[in-house]
Amino acid sequence: MTLLRHLAVAIIVGALLAVASVTLNSFRDFQMAEVATYVTAVAGLTILIGLSGQISIGHGAFMAIGAYAAALILMHLNWPLVAVLAASAAIAAVAGLVLGVAAARLRGPYLAGITLLLAVALPSLATRFAGTFGGDQGLGVNVTTPAFLGPSFPLTRWQAWVACAAALITLVLLANLARSRVGRSWRAVRDDETAAALAGLNVAWLRILAFAVSAACAGLAGALLGITTTLVSPGSFTVTLSIALLTGAVLGGLGTLPGAVWGSLVIVLVPTYVTDVATSHGLSSSVAANIPVAAYGVVLIVVMLVFPAGIQGAVRRLLGPAAPSAGGPIGSLRRRVPARDNPEEGAS
Amino acid sequence: MQEFLDFTLGGVSFGMIYAAIGLSLVLIWRGTRILNYAQGGMAMFTTYIALITINHTGNYWLGFVVALAAGAVLGAACELVIRPAQDKPPLNAVIVTIGLLILLEGLAGIIYGGQFRSFPAAFSITGLRVGTTSLGVSRNDVFVAAAVLAAALALAVMFRYTSAGLRLRATAFSPAVARLLGIRVGRVLTLGWALAGLIGALAGVLVTPSTFLYPNSMDSIFVLGFTAAVIGGLDSPLGAVLGGLILGVVLNYAGGYLGADLVPVFGLAALALVLMLRPSGLLGTASSRQV
Repeated sequence: MTLLRHLAVAIIVGALLAVASVTLNSFRDFQMAEVATYVTAVAGLTILIGLSGQISIGHGAFMAIGAYAAALILMHLNWPLVAVLAASAAIAAVAGLVLGVAAARLRGPYLAGITLLLAVALPSLATRFAGTFGGDQGLGVNVTTPAFLGPSFPLTRWQAWVACAAALITLVLLANLARSRVGRSWRAVRDDETAAALAGLNVAWLRILAFAVSAACAGLAGALLGITTTLVSPGSFTVTLSIALLTGAVLGGLGTLPGAVWGSLVIVLVPTYVTDVATSHGLSSSVAANIPVAAYGVVLIVVMLVFPAGIQGAVRRLLGPAAPSAGGPIGSLRRRVPARDNPEEGAS
Repeated sequence: MQEFLDFTLGGVSFGMIYAAIGLSLVLIWRGTRILNYAQGGMAMFTTYIALITINHTGNYWLGFVVALAAGAVLGAACELVIRPAQDKPPLNAVIVTIGLLILLEGLAGIIYGGQFRSFPAAFSITGLRVGTTSLGVSRNDVFVAAAVLAAALALAVMFRYTSAGLRLRATAFSPAVARLLGIRVGRVLTLGWALAGLIGALAGVLVTPSTFLYPNSMDSIFVLGFTAAVIGGLDSPLGAVLGGLILGVVLNYAGGYLGADLVPVFGLAALALVLMLRPSGLLGTASSRQV
């Protein structure tokens, strides 16, 4: 039943988006594709942090892996688009699996550190192996509208369709996963590892799986980013991108998929708007570009300290207790009470 | 042989920078069990303050002192921001410090602009000479190593012989017991953050002559400083210094022989290896997790 309901919602939203994309101009279509791209990545991240309780501040690195995979496959193998997207997600998932193996033994601060280092280190590979990855210039991504849509079909609309379809499919799959046995197990591991292990759950494997799923989403989003911007370059995958994804997940409400949509809308639309307003008021472009960055910081601090359930938490409170919940936000986690007062508490 | 010696000496100089960042992380980690991801951003910001001071007054040492003072103030201010997150799940504190990092980077971009600026070194950066051979280490490199060592020694003396140091140690050992003994734990934590901010600012001023100054300039230095702290065990100041030295020398060999742009990748490999093989680090006391 749940699957049917999720599918029905996705089909209705997809139809509405398709109608909207026809009426919107090409810049709005591009923004629609951008939002869908971010939704794909943020949804994976919010599941990782909110459901499995593991943090990643380097998810931009998985986007980079997916994006370069897509660009290289399109350039050298010329596969059909669906296969390219699936392969990018799969390659990023393998990378996530590898990191997940390391991550399964690590707690919050160590995990955040190694993922941050990944985000810092990975783009330098593209510069070092410029022959394969195109160096700082990056690789062009060659996308064309398929022939059956006719010659006059705008490319941006096709890109928006591809991105929205991918985002919707991702959301449906994640929504079902979150409600499945796996999702429940993730929540159990998040809330109390020892209890989960005693209940017979394979804690390490569940953590690794969460990383792989989340990395697959980010890889798919990276491929979408390459397709919508027709360029894959190291400059697109900075630490700021990773933190923007984190901001989207935190702002929307960690662990909630609708929250991923709210968060992505904000991190795509608000910076564009702010930059426009700031440049029109005569501020230099470097000032205008940095206002959203500073705003991300304020959002992360304020949301985490004051209302950790994020936008979706507020929406849910407005709709009342009857509204369905996809998973407990991180703010509702019980406080970790040390069993004994001991300096090593929380250090492991 | 000459090349090997140069790489080693250069590595020691960089390693001391990583050690300084690692030390500042350890100071906060011991007291609060929070890893301060904003440390690099704070160091970047105070280095801008130093640069502005130096440009206005023409006096390097005034800028140096102002940066350290600003670091202490910024550290104390960050502690006030993060304090409410302490009794929430650990993930919240991690996200708040990342928020501080990106806020500082955004503010630096707004106030100072995004362009790369060069930062003056305290002393000459041409290689020292022994007889006729020129070494790959400059007077400034010696100053960098000496400054960090002096700071580390000052910290050690303070922890060992002063009452403030004793309070810091007591609070790190057990906040509840320290409070029962009449220590004002909140103030002690603020002091710890201020010291960490000071050491971080020192690292920023010392490293920036060999990089450039821009809002993200400390990102890669910070992650390597974090790696140094993890190698050392994250709750051992001596471990952070040792970890920094080891990491600096190893990365300088890797960068020197295999390509300098791969240094962050080797840092990642080093961190992954340490976390897989010995998660408690060289001198750490932390136990690894049970499940």
